[in-house]
Amino acid sequence: MTPVIYIPKDSGALAMGAEKVAKAIETELKARGETARIVRTGSRGLYWLEPMVEVLTEKGRVAYGPVKTKDVRSLFDAGFLSGDQHHLWLGKPETIPFLAKQTRLTFARCGITDPLSLADYEAHGGLAGLRKALAITPADIVRTVTESGLRGRGGAGFPTGIKWKTVLDQVAERKYIVCNADEGDSATFADRMIMEGDPFVLIEGMAIAGIATGATKGYVYIRSEYPHAVVAMQAAIDVARKANVLGTAILGSPNAFEMEVRVGAGAYVCGEETSLLNSLEGKRGIVRAKPPLPAIQGLFGKPTMINNVISLASVPVILDKGATHYKDFGMGRSRGTIPIQIAGNVRHGGLFEAAFGMTLGEIVNDIGGGTATGRPVKAVQVGGPLGAYFPPSLFDTPFDYEAFAAKDGLIGHAGITVFDDTADMLKQARFAMEFCAIESCGKCTPCRIGSTRGVETIDKISAGIEPAKNLALVTDLCNTMKFGSLCALGGFTPYPVMSAINHFPQDFAPRPVQEAAE
Amino acid sequence: MQLSGNQIEVADVAARTAAVIASHAHLEGPLLPILHAVQEEFGFVPTESLPVIAEALNISNAEAHGVVTFYHDYRRAPAGRHVLKLCQAEACQSMGSDKVAEMVKSALGIGFHETAPDGSVTLEPVYCLGLCACAPAAMLDAEVIGRLDAEAVDEIVAEVRR
Repeated sequence: MTPVIYIPKDSGALAMGAEKVAKAIETELKARGETARIVRTGSRGLYWLEPMVEVLTEKGRVAYGPVKTKDVRSLFDAGFLSGDQHHLWLGKPETIPFLAKQTRLTFARCGITDPLSLADYEAHGGLAGLRKALAITPADIVRTVTESGLRGRGGAGFPTGIKWKTVLDQVAERKYIVCNADEGDSATFADRMIMEGDPFVLIEGMAIAGIATGATKGYVYIRSEYPHAVVAMQAAIDVARKANVLGTAILGSPNAFEMEVRVGAGAYVCGEETSLLNSLEGKRGIVRAKPPLPAIQGLFGKPTMINNVISLASVPVILDKGATHYKDFGMGRSRGTIPIQIAGNVRHGGLFEAAFGMTLGEIVNDIGGGTATGRPVKAVQVGGPLGAYFPPSLFDTPFDYEAFAAKDGLIGHAGITVFDDTADMLKQARFAMEFCAIESCGKCTPCRIGSTRGVETIDKISAGIEPAKNLALVTDLCNTMKFGSLCALGGFTPYPVMSAINHFPQDFAPRPVQEAAE
Repeated sequence: MQLSGNQIEVADVAARTAAVIASHAHLEGPLLPILHAVQEEFGFVPTESLPVIAEALNISNAEAHGVVTFYHDYRRAPAGRHVLKLCQAEACQSMGSDKVAEMVKSALGIGFHETAPDGSVTLEPVYCLGLCACAPAAMLDAEVIGRLDAEAVDEIVAEVRR
């Protein structure tokens, strides 16, 4: 058989040199007069092993990584086209513990298939959810999503089915599906990975959402910092349109659904759903007051279902395997799986899809393997720049919406940034305020002014100016921002700030004293 | 060769802007796609483009100006031949992105939001490239780079000076 070589072209793999490795492999094949088919895939999400190259042999798929260009010749010498031993040999990818411990529902195909091959997609279970959706009524689709327990994966955790029902119940000549792919939170890359590695699953999810709610037009709003995801989504939409997965007769049915990619322009706040809608309309990305809910009056004033990438990409498997199958994973009111993104100062960083319920400590220490620097973990920020910093003493917290809320935190888009003991939590708290000041849309006062005052006040604490008084002032300011801001940017910035203050008070002690003590 | 602002004729800007608008006229909410395409065309969004866009979309000059200035991506002046974006968000911070930024700044002799005097490179901070498991990360023009260290910084500096 002709060997098949799988080389990822996911941004993370490219950042680690996958393109050069692909070229080196092509050159080596030519030089040796060997033939092999090269397939460019997404990433499996094991970023410390990227670029991870896989070879399909008679023994199945065998992985090698991290492959550098200088390793290519020795890989061929060692017989990697037949899956033979080499110091980069990892064996069957599914047996690598990081992958073996996962439950991949949403990311079932990511890193395995050619992202732009619809045949590959179907061969691995794709389009089965869409076919089932076409065979039942819109109300039944919505009921299935509701019963699955799926909650908005963008961070808010609102029950997806309830949102869908609101849009379904509206009577309008035009409705929209908007996919929020403005994944701006640091430590999160699940949206990027799925758009680059399995774009058809998002298209399928959006088409199902359209059929379920009566919407005929979908927009994917992708941040400009993700150029590779933009290209992949656009290419996949073109393929889907040609194959009638999109268009005026979805898979030959009377249902119509069209899709378009829109690119953001570098504003973090556009990840907030109402400012995203304004941005799509060609306006400043200013937050809108709610009500009216976007589901009733959204894009261009029409009923609009706005969902995160992962929420929509989880819908096909729910329709295909049924609500119960999905719901049976998880704990409490957090049902199904969640793609956890382990990032920052961590040995084994990457995407880990698992049922809700693992503890934070298991994720950071057992799965992530502790810090990359080998130093003790000091803090982990869960949920991006608006998420709380957790100390190791809270590592028994299970990964669950309610459990995190009970500890004054949030799981957000499920990104985790690990910091070692060299982290300065005052600096991190200051950054949270600074970031809010840079990205505030300016509509509401607590966020616009509070963030700047927050930076100044934390600077005073740092300089040892009336620290007790200024700490009280920051606390009061956080309270005002939390309860007085229109959206999560101003409203959640207090999470990283207050968690840093509460869990790491020693870092807020007057600086001169600290230096004298050193 | 990149044009600098004063080398572009106003009439030329208007004509090229009008062509960009024409190719996006069919879109719903076309302003952001138009501004992206204008920036692609000129390397920045010329002030002279705004009245043309405003007129075509039936919005005020102030609205067009308001949108351009709201978004970080739109440039009001040409960038250097290369644009280097260094991620400064939390995941990269945890891996020493501030030290990398200092290295780059001192090697290039410029700070964030500045362009080298020889026009070779514009340096910008970026808040997340989605490469958080390969931190610290950067983007040089369209190329993504992970796990930046002193060696990678040297290579980047050599590349932009070439």
